[in-house]
Amino acid sequence: MSHLSYDEQKKLVFKGLRLLAIVTITEVFFALLFNGHIFHGFHKAHISDSKWIIITLALVYGVIMVGFSLYKARFIVYHFMHLGQEVSGLRMSVLLPMLLLVWAIIAFFQEGSSWGARRHQIEEKNKEEVGSKTSTGSLDYDTELYRGLI
Amino acid sequence: MAEVVLEHAADQDEHLWEGGKEPFKASYGKLMMWYFLLSDAFTFAGFLISYGALRFSSPTWPVPDVVFEKVPFFPELKAPLVFVTFMTFVLIASSVTMVRAVQEGHRENKNGVVIWMFLTILGGATFLGCQAWEWTTLIAKEHVSLSQNPFGTHTEAGVYLEDDHGHALPAGEQVAFRAGDGYLIHKDHESGEWLQRKYRTESGVEAKLDFGPRAFGALFFFITGFHGFHVFSGVVFLTIIMLNAASGVYVRRHNGYEMVEKIGLYWHFVDLVWVFVFLVFYLL
Repeated sequence: MSHLSYDEQKKLVFKGLRLLAIVTITEVFFALLFNGHIFHGFHKAHISDSKWIIITLALVYGVIMVGFSLYKARFIVYHFMHLGQEVSGLRMSVLLPMLLLVWAIIAFFQEGSSWGARRHQIEEKNKEEVGSKTSTGSLDYDTELYRGLI
Repeated sequence: MAEVVLEHAADQDEHLWEGGKEPFKASYGKLMMWYFLLSDAFTFAGFLISYGALRFSSPTWPVPDVVFEKVPFFPELKAPLVFVTFMTFVLIASSVTMVRAVQEGHRENKNGVVIWMFLTILGGATFLGCQAWEWTTLIAKEHVSLSQNPFGTHTEAGVYLEDDHGHALPAGEQVAFRAGDGYLIHKDHESGEWLQRKYRTESGVEAKLDFGPRAFGALFFFITGFHGFHVFSGVVFLTIIMLNAASGVYVRRHNGYEMVEKIGLYWHFVDLVWVFVFLVFYLL
C-alpha cells in the first residue's frame, strides 16, 4: 500500500467498488437470463429436450456463478484486506488450510447425493418398528445390501 | 567453519526468544484477527457445505427467483432478486468506505477515519434493516419457518385445476406450468387453512400442491441469521472503535490507527462471507 501515492490508493478503492458492482450485476443478470426472466421462454431447464444438454447447461451455469464469486472473494481478500502485501508465511498460513475444504465439499456433496438416491430406503427404515416381526421387507433389503457390499 | 555457523544460529535463536520480533511482520493483534477469520471461515464453510449436502439429498429445491421476488413498498410487484442485489450492493459499498477509513488512519487523519467509519456503520445498519424486512416477509407473509416451507417446485409439467384462492378453473382457463417451475402455497387469511391448489400432470396424475423440502427454512434462517449476527457484531465494534477514534485514543498510540485496520479486516470478511451466502441461496 505504501508504494502508491494517496491519490492513487483512493482511485484504486473506487475502481474496486465499480468492479465488484459490475461483477455482481453480471451475476444477477446471468441468473435472470438463464431462468427465463430476460427473454420469455429462454430457461436453462427448458432449452432442449435432451437431458444431457440440460445437465451440461446447468453445470456450465454453476461453474460460471462459482467462478464469479471466487473472483470477488479473491479481490476482497487481496485488495481490501491487503493479504497480497503480507509476508508469504502469513499468507500461506491463512490460505493453505482452506485447501482442506476441497475434500470437505467433495465428501459431503457425495454423501448428500447418496442420501438423495436412497431416500425411499431411508423412509422405509424410519417406518420400521422395534421388535416387529412383520418388517420382513426391510430385512430383505438388509441382506440385499450386505450381498452388494460383499 | 561449521562451528561458527552453529554459534551464529544459536546466537540468533537467543535473540528471537527475547521477544519484540514479529516473524510475520504483523502485530500480534492483526495476526490473531487473521486466524480468527480463518476459523470463522471454517464455521461458515461447515454451514454452507451442510446446506449443499441437504440440497443434494432433496429431490427438489425452492427456486430462488420465486422465493426472493418481493420488494418493499410495491407489494404487488414481482422483481426477482432485485432487493437482494440492492442489499449486496449496500454491503459492498460499506466495505469500500471501510477501506477509505483504514487509508485515512494510515495518514493519521482523525476526522477522515471517523467520517468513513460512520458511513460504514450506516451501510451495515442499512443491510440489517433490509434483512429484517426480508425475514419479516418470509415469516409473516409467506409462512416459512424453521420446520415449514410452503415453497415447492414442480417435477413434471401440467396444469392447475384451481386458481390461487382454491376456486375450480373451467377447462379452457387452466394455467399451465412446466417441470422446474416454483410455487408458493398460500394461506387463507380468514380460515388459516393452506390453499393447496389442485393440479394435473401431463401423465394424468391429479394431486394437490405439496410443501417443499423442510430443511430450506432452517438452513436459510440459520445461515443468513448467523451472517446477520456477524454484521450486527461488526456494527457494534465499528461504533466502539469510531467513538474511540473520535475521542483521540488512537492518536496517542501513533500506530497508524491499527485498531481501525483490524476491525476493517473483520468487516471485509463479513462482506466476503456474503458473497458465498448470496451465491448459494440466491443465484444457484
